[in-house]
Amino acid sequence: MVHPFLILHWLEQQIHTHLGDHVTHMWFVMLVLILLAFLASRCIKEVPTGMQNLMEAAITGIENLIEETMGPKGKAYFPMLATFALFILVSNLIGLIPGLYPPTANLNTNAALALTVFAMTHIVGFKEHGVSYLKHFMGPILALAPLIFVIEIIGHLARPLSLSLRLFGNMYGHEIVLMIFIALVPILMPVPMMLMGVLVAFIQTFVFTLLAMIYIAGALEEAH
Amino acid sequence: MEFFAWCMLAAGIGMGLGSFGTGIGQGLAIKSAVEGVARNPGASGKILTTMMIGLAMIESLAIYVFVVAMIILFANPFTADVLKLAGAAAH
Repeated sequence: MVHPFLILHWLEQQIHTHLGDHVTHMWFVMLVLILLAFLASRCIKEVPTGMQNLMEAAITGIENLIEETMGPKGKAYFPMLATFALFILVSNLIGLIPGLYPPTANLNTNAALALTVFAMTHIVGFKEHGVSYLKHFMGPILALAPLIFVIEIIGHLARPLSLSLRLFGNMYGHEIVLMIFIALVPILMPVPMMLMGVLVAFIQTFVFTLLAMIYIAGALEEAH
Repeated sequence: MEFFAWCMLAAGIGMGLGSFGTGIGQGLAIKSAVEGVARNPGASGKILTTMMIGLAMIESLAIYVFVVAMIILFANPFTADVLKLAGAAAH
């Protein structure tokens, strides 16, 4: 249940390619982000104005959040986490414009993001601790290790599932609620729902980025 | 066609039960957070961050129910089988 007329869907039909809506809209989001980054960094000034000001505020906010949750070691993962945050935020907000569709309202996009976080967590863990990263899965008592290992593996596999399903459910649910409200009362009634959509977009971005940070920070710390 | 009536019931009741528990859980979490902020307004930033993570975790339960309800309503894997059976019974 999406917006009845999607601009990019129409464009895609004109050139007869068989791309999913989420793919074309993801490319659109990428274009928007590249354009934003270009506009912000075109002429960097000591005293920022306009676009540079906005982007600097966003970047500083993410940086402070990383500093708070991951400590000094987290600085190295700033590019990846900031990319996640900006991409998800723009993707979520784009759904509020009529004729566009949030790519995060499709499970495929979210699964890709969540699997990236999942792979990154373990790559970081093995890079930081070597083989002794496996101690993270063993628990404190060696005799109980086989039991704890299975539980830990299930717990780690549940992470990408919950990350992707949470974002998907929120964005898709919002789309459906909006469509139902539009079908019931088309005038003025969906506006409060769209206002809540702005809130949901920001909160879900915050939650996804924060959970990614916490997972990576968990892989960075020593086994207990 | 009773199958589809039961599907509607399952989706509706499931979503209701799921949001019931989630509502209570989130209410308790927010109650504690508000109490904490009222006692120590200086810690509001940290409490807000922790509360957000907790709320997201609790909320995902309702989101799972929502996804299951959507699967039951729009992407039911048994729809084709049921329609085939119904067609066979009609003939």
